[in-house]
Amino acid sequence: MERFIALRLLQAIPVILAVITVTFFLVRVAPGGPFDSEKAVIPEVKAALERQYRLDLPLLQQYTAYLGDLAQGDLGPSFKYPGRSVNELIAAGLPVTAELGLYALLVAVLIGGSAGIFASLKPNTAQDYLPMAAAMIGICMPTFLLGPLLVLVFGIHLEWLPVSGWGDIPGDKLLPSITLGAAYAAYIARLSRAGMLEVLNQDYIRTARAKGLPEWQVVVKHALRGGLIPVVAFLGPAFAGLLAGSFVVETIFQIPGLGRFYVQAAFNRDYTMILGTTVFLSTLIVLFNLASDILAAWLNPRLRHQFGSSR
Amino acid sequence: MALLSVDDLKVSFVGRAGVTRAVDGISFTVEKGQITAIIGESGSGKSVACYSLLGLVPMPPGRIDGGRALFEDRDLLAMSERELREVRGRDIAMVFQDPMTCLNPYLRIGEQLIEPLVYHQRVSKDEARKRALELLEEVGIRDPATTIDNYPHEFSGGMRQRVMIAMALINEPKLLIADEPTTALDVTIQAQILRLLADLQKKHDIGVIFISHDLAVVADIADQIAVMEKGRIVEHGNRQKIFHGAEHPYTRKLLAAIPAGSRPAPEANGDVLVDVQRLRTWFGDPAAPVKAVNDVSFSARRGEVLGLVGESGSGKSTIGRSLLRLAPVTGGSICFDGTELTGLEGRALKAMRRRMQMIFQDPFASLNPRMTVYDTLAEPLLLHRIANRRSVEEKVLKLMDDVGLARAFVRKYPHEFSGGQRQRIAIGRALATRPDFVVADEPVSALDVTIQAQILDLMLELGKEYGLTMLFISHDLAVVRHIADRIIVLFRGEIVEEGTGQQLFEAPQEDYTRRLLDSIPGRGLLA
Amino acid sequence: MSDVASTLEYAEAGTSLWQDAWVRLRRNRLAVFGLVVMATLIVLALLTPWIAPYAYDAQDLDLGATPPSAAHWLGTDVFGRDMLTQILYGGRISLAVGFVATAVALLIGVTWGAIAGYAGGKVDAVMMRLVDILYALPFMIFIVLLMVVFGRNVLLLFLAIGAVEWLTMARIMRGQVQSLRQQEFVEAAISIGLPTTTIIRRHLVPNALGPIIVYTTLTIPQVMLLEAFLSFLGLGIQPPQTSWGLLISYGAETMEEYPWLLIFPGAALTLTLFSLNFLGDGLRDALDVRGAKD
Repeated sequence: MERFIALRLLQAIPVILAVITVTFFLVRVAPGGPFDSEKAVIPEVKAALERQYRLDLPLLQQYTAYLGDLAQGDLGPSFKYPGRSVNELIAAGLPVTAELGLYALLVAVLIGGSAGIFASLKPNTAQDYLPMAAAMIGICMPTFLLGPLLVLVFGIHLEWLPVSGWGDIPGDKLLPSITLGAAYAAYIARLSRAGMLEVLNQDYIRTARAKGLPEWQVVVKHALRGGLIPVVAFLGPAFAGLLAGSFVVETIFQIPGLGRFYVQAAFNRDYTMILGTTVFLSTLIVLFNLASDILAAWLNPRLRHQFGSSR
Repeated sequence: MALLSVDDLKVSFVGRAGVTRAVDGISFTVEKGQITAIIGESGSGKSVACYSLLGLVPMPPGRIDGGRALFEDRDLLAMSERELREVRGRDIAMVFQDPMTCLNPYLRIGEQLIEPLVYHQRVSKDEARKRALELLEEVGIRDPATTIDNYPHEFSGGMRQRVMIAMALINEPKLLIADEPTTALDVTIQAQILRLLADLQKKHDIGVIFISHDLAVVADIADQIAVMEKGRIVEHGNRQKIFHGAEHPYTRKLLAAIPAGSRPAPEANGDVLVDVQRLRTWFGDPAAPVKAVNDVSFSARRGEVLGLVGESGSGKSTIGRSLLRLAPVTGGSICFDGTELTGLEGRALKAMRRRMQMIFQDPFASLNPRMTVYDTLAEPLLLHRIANRRSVEEKVLKLMDDVGLARAFVRKYPHEFSGGQRQRIAIGRALATRPDFVVADEPVSALDVTIQAQILDLMLELGKEYGLTMLFISHDLAVVRHIADRIIVLFRGEIVEEGTGQQLFEAPQEDYTRRLLDSIPGRGLLA
Repeated sequence: MSDVASTLEYAEAGTSLWQDAWVRLRRNRLAVFGLVVMATLIVLALLTPWIAPYAYDAQDLDLGATPPSAAHWLGTDVFGRDMLTQILYGGRISLAVGFVATAVALLIGVTWGAIAGYAGGKVDAVMMRLVDILYALPFMIFIVLLMVVFGRNVLLLFLAIGAVEWLTMARIMRGQVQSLRQQEFVEAAISIGLPTTTIIRRHLVPNALGPIIVYTTLTIPQVMLLEAFLSFLGLGIQPPQTSWGLLISYGAETMEEYPWLLIFPGAALTLTLFSLNFLGDGLRDALDVRGAKD
C-alpha cells in the first residue's frame, strides 16, 4: 500500500506541473495584454507596470520566475486589485467555499448514499422507484436552474429562507448547500444503488444469509463495504464538480467565495488571478482525486495487498 | 425417525412469461449420519429444492406452492423468517459450489468463520476464535494461527473450500447441505475435499445433502441417491440400487454417460502429421519467467486422437493454442505436415490455418452472438474459397446435417440454442474448412453429462468420417481415456507420462499419474 | 452476407440480439417517452426557421415582458421578444452542441480506445496512461479558462467539450475491445484465417456497439448541461445567438417579476435531459450493458 501511495503521489507531480505550464502559457498567449483596456496609459507607466509584473522579460524567463515563486507558495500579485496578492484573495475566499463545499458534500453523501442503499434493498418496488425518480430529477435539474427555483419558492414565495448571503442571517447557508449538493446526491444515490445491487447479488451474500445472520447485519457487515467502493472512488470527481458548481452557486446566492472571485476575475481578465486560482484549484482537485483513489484502493484488500507488504 | 423429511415440495418461479414450476412435488428423507445425494442436470431443480428449504430462494420471483419439510418435527416451510434464521447456520449449514466467490473478499476469514458462532451461540469472540482455529486445523489448513487473519484471495480454491466447510461446521449443525462443493475444483483437489467431507460427516455424525450433476462424484460417499429430472425425482434408492439396479431410463442414461473404458490400442500406422519439439512458452519477466510450457515434445500421427490431460495451470491450453498460433511461442519447433509453423506469416499462414482448426470450451463465448448459424458456417467456406456464393448454401446445410442440427435452424442466432447445440455449431465451423488437424480444448466440460456423451460420440464419428487428427485437451482423465488413442499427462508445463489409455490406467509409471487416477471419482464402483 | 439467407425461406428466421433489444426497449414506457420527445425536438429544431411564430430578432419594446397569451403562447421577454421563438432557436444551438460535441468525443474516443485495446501491450499502456493523466486534470476549470482566453466561440466550445468527454469513451471502448479480443469467437475467427480488418468489422465492432450506443446517449445530456452551465456563467454562447443556458441565465435575473422567463426555458432543458437519460437507461437495460456508468 505504501508503494501504491508513493507511486500515485509521484504520478501526480507531472500532472500538476503540466497544469501549471499549460495554464501559464494559455494565459500569456491570450490575445490582448492585461493593460490594453485601460485607455491611454502613459508609456512610462505601462513600462513600469510591465516591469512590476515581469512582463518585460522573455516568456521563458517569466515562466521560470513564476515557477520559482510557486515553489515558495507565492501565487503573485493581482492585476486588477493593485497591492493585493492572489494569495490574499484566495485566503479570503477559500474558507467560505470550503465550508459551502463541505456542506454540499455532506448533503450529497448522506442523502444520496442513504437513498441509494435504501432503494437497493427492495429493487423494483416503490421503495426503489421513488428515490430513483427523485435522483433522476436531481440529475436532470441543473444547479443553475435548481438554485433560482429554490430561491423563487422558499425565498420569495414562501419567504421561509434568505435568498442570498453567507453567514449573515441564520439559515442562509441552507439553500446554497442544497443547491450545490443536490446533483451529486443524485449521482451518489444511483451509484450506491448500482453498487449495492451488484454486491447483494454476489455469492458471498448468500453465504452470509445461509449463516442465519439477520438482514441488517448482512447489509451492514457484508454488503456495504463492497457496494460503496464506487461511491468513494467517485468522491474525487465529485469534488472537482462541486468546485465548478460553486462558481454558479456563489454567483446566484452572492456568496463571497473563491468561485465568485474566479468568475469575476475571468470577466475582468485579471490574468494573474485566473492563473493563480487555476493552479491552486487544479492542485487541490488532483490531490483530492488522489485521495479518493487511494481510499478506494485501501478499502479493497486485494488491491491493498498487491502493492504492499502488509502480509 | 428421519432427520429431515421432505414431502411433496413444490416451488415455482413467477416471471413475465408466466409461472414455471421448478420443483414439482418431490419427497425425500435424510437420516442422521447419512449422506443423501441429489443428482440432476442443470435446470432439474435440485438446487432450488434445497435452497427453498432454508428460505434462500428470493421471493418473488420464487414461490413455494406446497409441501412439508419436517426437520426435527418442525416444518421448515411453515416457519417465519425469524425462526428460519435461527435454524440457518446453527442446525442446518451450507457449503456452496464456487469457493472463489462464496467468501466475502473484504473480510478476514477469521471474522467470517466466527460469525455464526458469535451470532447463534453468543460466544465471546476470543472463545469463538479458539474454536475456529481448532476447526481450521481439522479441515487441513496449514498454520491456522497465522492464516486465520488472511483475506480469502490469499488462499487457493481448494483451501477456500476447506474454509467454507469449517465455517459450515463451526456450530455443530445437524444437517449440512453441500451444493456441488467440488465442481469448481481440480480433480486431485476434488478427491481431497470429498474425502474430507466424508470423514467429517462420520466423525460429527451429521446428515448431509450432497447436490451434484455428476453421479460418479457421489459414487464413493452417498448412502442414498435421488435422481432428479425436470423438477421431479425419477428414481430414489440406496447407492447399490442406483448403480447396479437402476430402473428409470433417465438414471440409466446418466450412468451410461459416465465415460468408461479405453479405446483399443490403435495400430501404429500412419505418418507423423504434427511434430512438436521442445516447445516452450514463458511469460512475464525474462529474469524470472513463468514457465507455462517448458520443453514439451510430442507428435501425433495422421488419424490419431491424442489426449492431453492436466489440471489447471498445467499449460495444456497454452500448448493447444500455440499449435494454432493463437498464443506466442518462446522457443522450440512445431512441424505440421513437413512445414515449420513458428514464424510463418501472411499467405502461407492463412493456407495453414485452413488445415488446422480449434473447438473451444465455452459454447457461449465461442460463437459470435450477432451472427446467424448460416453466417458463422459460411464465413470460413467463403474465405478459403471452398464454396462460392452459389454453392455455399448447399455446403452449409451439409455441415448442419453432419453435426446433427435441423436445417430449419440455419437462420437462428446462437442465443436461441442450448449449450450442446451451440457446441455442434462450433464443431461445424471447425470442420467447414475440411481441416486435417483439430485442437479440441475441453470441448465438453461446460456441458451437462448426458450432452457430454452425445458430443463426444459425435466428435469420434466425425473424426473418422473427416479423417481428422485430433488433439483432445481435458482435465478429465476418464473423458480422455474414452476418446483418445494415446494420452499425454501434463504437470506444471512439463510432460510427466505418455501412453495408451490402457497402459496409463493399468500400469501408471509416475506418482503424479497415479495420483490423478486415484482422484477419479467413483472408480471402484464403476470399473 | 445475410443476403443469401433470403433464399433459405423454409428456415425459421432467428431473432437477432438487436431485435431482442428493440422488443425490450419498446416495453419500457419511459424510454419510449424519451425517444418520442427527442424525435419531436430534433424535428422542431430542424424546422425552426419555418415554424417559429415570430422572426428570431423581432422585438416589441413597447410590449415588454408579458405572461403567456394567445399571441405569445409562452409570453415575451423584457424586449418583447416571443419566448417560444427564443426557446426554439435556443434549442437548435443547445441540441447542436450536444450532438456535435458528443460526435467529436465519439470519434476521438472510439478510435483511441479501439487502437489501444486491439494493439495491447506497450502501445496500450502508453495510450491509456495518457488518458489517466488527462482524467486527473480539472477540465471544467480549463474550459472556463479557454473560454476566457480565446473568447466565446461556438466552435471552440464544441472542441473543448468534446475533448473532455472523449476520455470516458476511450476507456469504455478499450475495455470492450480488450474483453472481446479474449473471447473465443474472436480466436476462432483468427484461427479460420480471417484478415484483421474483417475481424474488426464483423466480429468486434458489432459486439462493442451496444455499450457505445448507451454511453453516447448518456453523454449528450452531459454535454448539453456543460454548455448550459458555461452559458449561464456568460462564458458560453453569446448574443445575438442564444441557447437554453443563456435563456435560463436571463430568466434567473428577472424571475421575481417574470417567473415564466425562467420556468419555460428551464422546463425545455430539463425535459430534454430527462428524455435522453430515460432513453439511455432504457437502452442500457435493453442492450444488457452492464457497468456503463450510473
